[in-house]
Amino acid sequence: MNRGRSLWSDARRVLRRNRAAMTALIVLTSLTLLVVIAPALSPFSFDDTDWEQMSVPPSLTSGHLFGTDALGRDLFVRTLYGGRISLMVGVVATIVSLLIGISYGAVSGYFGGRIDQVMMRIVDILYAMPFMFLVILLMVFFGRNIFLIFVAIGAINWLDMARIVRGQTLSLKNREFIEAARAVGVSTPRIIRRHIIPNLLGVVVVYVTLTIPQVILVESFLSFLGLGVQEPMTSWGALVNDGAQEMESAPWMLIFPALFLAATLFCFNFIGDGLRDALDPRDRSER
Amino acid sequence: MLNFAIRRFLGAIPTLLILIGLAFILIRLAPGGPFDAEKQLSPEIEANLRLAYHLDEPLYRQFGRYLGNLLRGDFGPSFQYRDFSVTELIRSGFPVSLRLGGLAMLLGLVVGIFAGSIAALRQNTLTDYAVMTASMTGISIPNFVMAPVLILLFAVHLNWLPAGGLGDGDFRHLVLPIIVLALPQIAYIARLTRGSMIEVLRSDYIRTARAQGLPERTIIIRHALKPALLPVVSYLGPATAAVITGSVVIEQIFGLPGLGRYFVQGALNRDYTLVMGVVVFYGILIISFNFIVDVVYGYLDPRQKR
Repeated sequence: MNRGRSLWSDARRVLRRNRAAMTALIVLTSLTLLVVIAPALSPFSFDDTDWEQMSVPPSLTSGHLFGTDALGRDLFVRTLYGGRISLMVGVVATIVSLLIGISYGAVSGYFGGRIDQVMMRIVDILYAMPFMFLVILLMVFFGRNIFLIFVAIGAINWLDMARIVRGQTLSLKNREFIEAARAVGVSTPRIIRRHIIPNLLGVVVVYVTLTIPQVILVESFLSFLGLGVQEPMTSWGALVNDGAQEMESAPWMLIFPALFLAATLFCFNFIGDGLRDALDPRDRSER
Repeated sequence: MLNFAIRRFLGAIPTLLILIGLAFILIRLAPGGPFDAEKQLSPEIEANLRLAYHLDEPLYRQFGRYLGNLLRGDFGPSFQYRDFSVTELIRSGFPVSLRLGGLAMLLGLVVGIFAGSIAALRQNTLTDYAVMTASMTGISIPNFVMAPVLILLFAVHLNWLPAGGLGDGDFRHLVLPIIVLALPQIAYIARLTRGSMIEVLRSDYIRTARAQGLPERTIIIRHALKPALLPVVSYLGPATAAVITGSVVIEQIFGLPGLGRYFVQGALNRDYTLVMGVVVFYGILIISFNFIVDVVYGYLDPRQKR
């Protein structure tokens, strides 16, 4: 009934009207900026220990805005540094899972038939695996190298993506424009790359915003158990763990990292929800 | 129906074999042996130890031996707890984990379904928003953050509940762990129930039931609830996996002597057989649970019967 509504302009309109998602977007952007820029402005470094100022509560006069930890390290800077790691894990591991998931799903869906059956059977088999335990096994196996953490988490998290992309590809591949491309002799890899994948973007974007918090959570979980990033480097999970040990005497050590972690996960979830409402084509007619 | 169940059952076997194989390969390839942490052993003793644990054999023989033992319910000796077999450790730890996880799951289902249905019935009212906000919070706050915060509040400040340990089996020791473990499940299940309930309530046959003048209670309980709960049933598989993983960290925080704690200790100490044993044990558990859920789903949803 309406003409000339592109998916994206529609989506932008719906998203702008979603107050929770917009607030989350603003908070998340400021948080990211803070994490990237602020450590450079602070006089403290993330691994400087100050023996005179161990476990001091937050105060403006000492300059330790969030207080210090048991080794006298500035918690403000450490929280932000931990945030860098957590956000970086979120982004890098999501990209890894994206690359594997999209190519796997697109190939499986596009070729269909026996190839599809076999490829999806493999996904089914992997799906039933106790995922967290495998990551822990990988951690034991890889040693605790941070880039391998990224890859390990991403490499295990691609299954949902592959399924979603496959489903979309299946419904896309019989559409006229794909047939037209085939008719003029475009090669299969090129059809997948130029025509299938760009049309998957909507679903992929939604899924990415929902994968990032999951991945951040996995990393924090590992770090919390002492299997993730190693001292003096830190992440929100490791900081929460430290804080939990000292929470009776120094509650600020728990509260600030926990707050940052929870706020970030909150924001991503709200944005993901908002994007799903905005980009899900099923509901378009109702708006 | 029986066919369907058998097919699903056969499908679960390769999953299990691959899981065991993968875990076996990974843990054997891991750098550092089980005797690294000890003080330097003389070569003879080390060779004898390797012999005793069959570490001198080729990998495929070790794997065959492991599989054979598994079939007999023998997970091998623990490398770290020298006097215990892994089977004994699992037997001592699992009841604690089962009690914790089972009760958390039950709580999650009851509260989640109830809250979700209420939210759906009062869609776009204050109740609905409150439930949805609460469940978003439940999803966003990880349990290892929630646990220390609740301990700080209820155990340290208010002194209502014990902060950890099992005590002498007093149920109060399990209250906080169960709640923390259940919260994310309550949140997910509430969201799922709300979504599907709203969809069902809009469907034609509910309108027909209303047109026939059936009382609202009957409509909801007799006609809407069962189809609305289908997504919840299919979520039970992932939920079990989530509760089991969550249980690992919860047991750690609350100092509960469950299986999850052995697992973390084993991973930190490269206790090969213990880590493997727990992964395989939980793998079997999750895979069989998925199988049961599949079959139940097929039974509940006539469209699935093939």
